[in-house]
Amino acid sequence: MMKNNRYINTRNTLFSAIVLTLLLGCERNFSEDVAFATFPPNGDVFIDTFSAGLDYFPFVDGGADPEAFSVDTQEFFAGNASMRFDVPPFGVGFVGATFNTTVKRDLSGFDALTFYAKASQAADINEIGFGIEGETGNKFQVTTQNLQISTQWEKYTIPIPDPSKLFNQTGLFWLAEGAENEFDEGGYTLWFDEIKFEKTGTLGQPRPAILNGADVQQPGFVNIGQSLTGLTQTVNLESGENITVIAAPSYFDFSSSNNGVAQVNELGNISVTGLGQTTITASLANNPAEGSLELNVESAFEFAPTPPSRAPEDVISVFSDAYANVAVDYFNGFFTPDGQTTQGGSPPLDFNGDRIINYTQLNFVGIGTFLNVAPINASAMTTLHIDIKVNEAIDPGDFIRIQLLNSVGNGETSGSVTLAASDLRQDEWVSFDIPLADFTGLGDRSQIGLLFFVSDSTISDIFVDNIYYYR
Amino acid sequence: MLNRKRKIVKNTVYQVFMGLFISSFIGCEVDETQTVTTLTNVVLSEEFDTDGAPNPDVWGFDIGRGPNGDGWGNQELQYYTDRPTNVAIENGNLKITVRQESFQGVGYTSARLLTKNRFEQAYGRFEARIQLPTGQGIWPAFWMLGADIDENPWPGAGEIDIMEYRGQNPTILVGSVHGPGYSAGNAISKEYELRNDRFDTGYHIFGIEWSPVAINFYVDDVLYNQITPEDVTGEWVFNKPFFLLMNVAVGGNFVGPPNSETRFPQTMLVDYVRVFN
Repeated sequence: MMKNNRYINTRNTLFSAIVLTLLLGCERNFSEDVAFATFPPNGDVFIDTFSAGLDYFPFVDGGADPEAFSVDTQEFFAGNASMRFDVPPFGVGFVGATFNTTVKRDLSGFDALTFYAKASQAADINEIGFGIEGETGNKFQVTTQNLQISTQWEKYTIPIPDPSKLFNQTGLFWLAEGAENEFDEGGYTLWFDEIKFEKTGTLGQPRPAILNGADVQQPGFVNIGQSLTGLTQTVNLESGENITVIAAPSYFDFSSSNNGVAQVNELGNISVTGLGQTTITASLANNPAEGSLELNVESAFEFAPTPPSRAPEDVISVFSDAYANVAVDYFNGFFTPDGQTTQGGSPPLDFNGDRIINYTQLNFVGIGTFLNVAPINASAMTTLHIDIKVNEAIDPGDFIRIQLLNSVGNGETSGSVTLAASDLRQDEWVSFDIPLADFTGLGDRSQIGLLFFVSDSTISDIFVDNIYYYR
Repeated sequence: MLNRKRKIVKNTVYQVFMGLFISSFIGCEVDETQTVTTLTNVVLSEEFDTDGAPNPDVWGFDIGRGPNGDGWGNQELQYYTDRPTNVAIENGNLKITVRQESFQGVGYTSARLLTKNRFEQAYGRFEARIQLPTGQGIWPAFWMLGADIDENPWPGAGEIDIMEYRGQNPTILVGSVHGPGYSAGNAISKEYELRNDRFDTGYHIFGIEWSPVAINFYVDDVLYNQITPEDVTGEWVFNKPFFLLMNVAVGGNFVGPPNSETRFPQTMLVDYVRVFN
């Protein structure tokens, strides 16, 4: 280090002299040792064998079959070998793996991952791409969904949303394909050959998008974070076809029109910090993204009142953050064939660990505890507690009926209690403590299997929290 | 810039042949390149450097949907106007802009410029530097028609397509000649595929060098075709003055209609049009 300090070039010396003169000698120069590390610009993934440093990492924890992959020297597009994946039949696992290098690669000189592929039958690969890197949280993951593969060798191109970001990568290729149901294709073979990153030069007309290109307006609440979804990059290929890939947030540059209201980090997470209005937009490699999020922050988020502490034997909690909850089948049974329109609850909203069910398009919806979990024995309990906030104007005829079903489908009994419009408040939490005796007709409550919210569409958007029986 | 000569490698087979030939015989200097252009005396130089409408001494307009109202004989979908929203000079470019709008009973507007009765010439070098528009159903062209077309109807008057392109094939240029006995689907035509680049992401030079014995077609520094009287299946009509045209059509026989992925507006940016002899 001492030695290097003697090799300051003439210009720096002159500059240093001036600075020294002006600033009394507190200046420092970079040591000549300072140089950014660069990684090999090798784009090869699998040509006829694993490229330098490449390794196979099946998604065993996710249920992938590690034996599904092999190198096939009988079937190939060029050279003498291909990658082969035997996709198992439905119900017997799936093909899922990433191919990563031990030595990082500089991919910034390429514009696409390309490969040749064929299948033993026409198929579409659920997900395929690059950038699975546990060490960075898949910061630059790219995914193409439902890539159609024919029974002939054909070339496929997966564009890099912004190559300049990819100077130290390890995740070169990944895929996940399996029979998603008994009618989906399975029990067939996929081959890949000549997998490499290349500079095609023939990609054009980039059209990045956030929120799938939609301009969304929604309320925001101070201290309640949100994350941007629907992040894609669409590129026109040499063939004139457009291809859309799911691009990780770190490919984008996000901006908030009012940083006093909200800020967005490189992972697309929005922090709401003040009241007011802001519009979140993005760009990718200096191309403005379609889609925006206008947040109107009028208040801090109001949570339901925290329930009092109770002895465990005095409470059976279905949904709360205050008590231990029993297992449920679902918070929304989606009884669509029966005319249900209700969305939400699957899963509940999660505000930094504080969970709330938001039902929208409500006509009726049930919370199930009878299919794969034990029914609720509320015989020893006296009262049902529910907190409800109606997120819309309430008309005089509006109502929410709470219905309980005991012993679903097997000598079933039920009872209900109606909460009238005058009992509910727009944009305010109201706590209801309903004596179980009021559920006339329920009789036995030792096997409660369904709890219904019924509005007959008079009220469509509600928050629900703290559903529990107690005594 | 105007005096540069561009050289090309002709083609691989030729190179291999030349290589064999030379190594077999005397091994003199290998020169498998061919001169792309030879004419350097500027006779027309439209640089589009002044914002506004194009120079009326050089450029006129075709307005509407063609003399028979049928999309210029090709079932094209646009209505041509001379409005600034469809044609204007801005930032050093002539911009021909295709808009999706309801206008005179059709769904698209665009522009078609021509030098008929203003600039007409037989033989010479004709070139333009252009960034092309893109997308299914977009059909830009830089081309020429025989100046006697009013007395000698198409295809008798002759047509030289210096550049035609389908927006759905962003790497493929088409150069053609049409004449009596070899028009429309029977035109004498050749495609040139750009390697590792596209026509809609940057400027490219499209040109011909036309002499009494041949028309040479080039793009950038590549001479990709030569058409001679022996190549055409009818009378050689490229022996009289022609005028220039530039336009962007939408839909029609050559490209098919736009689809839901075609983005509007689409703009053809013309950096310059130059003619030499």
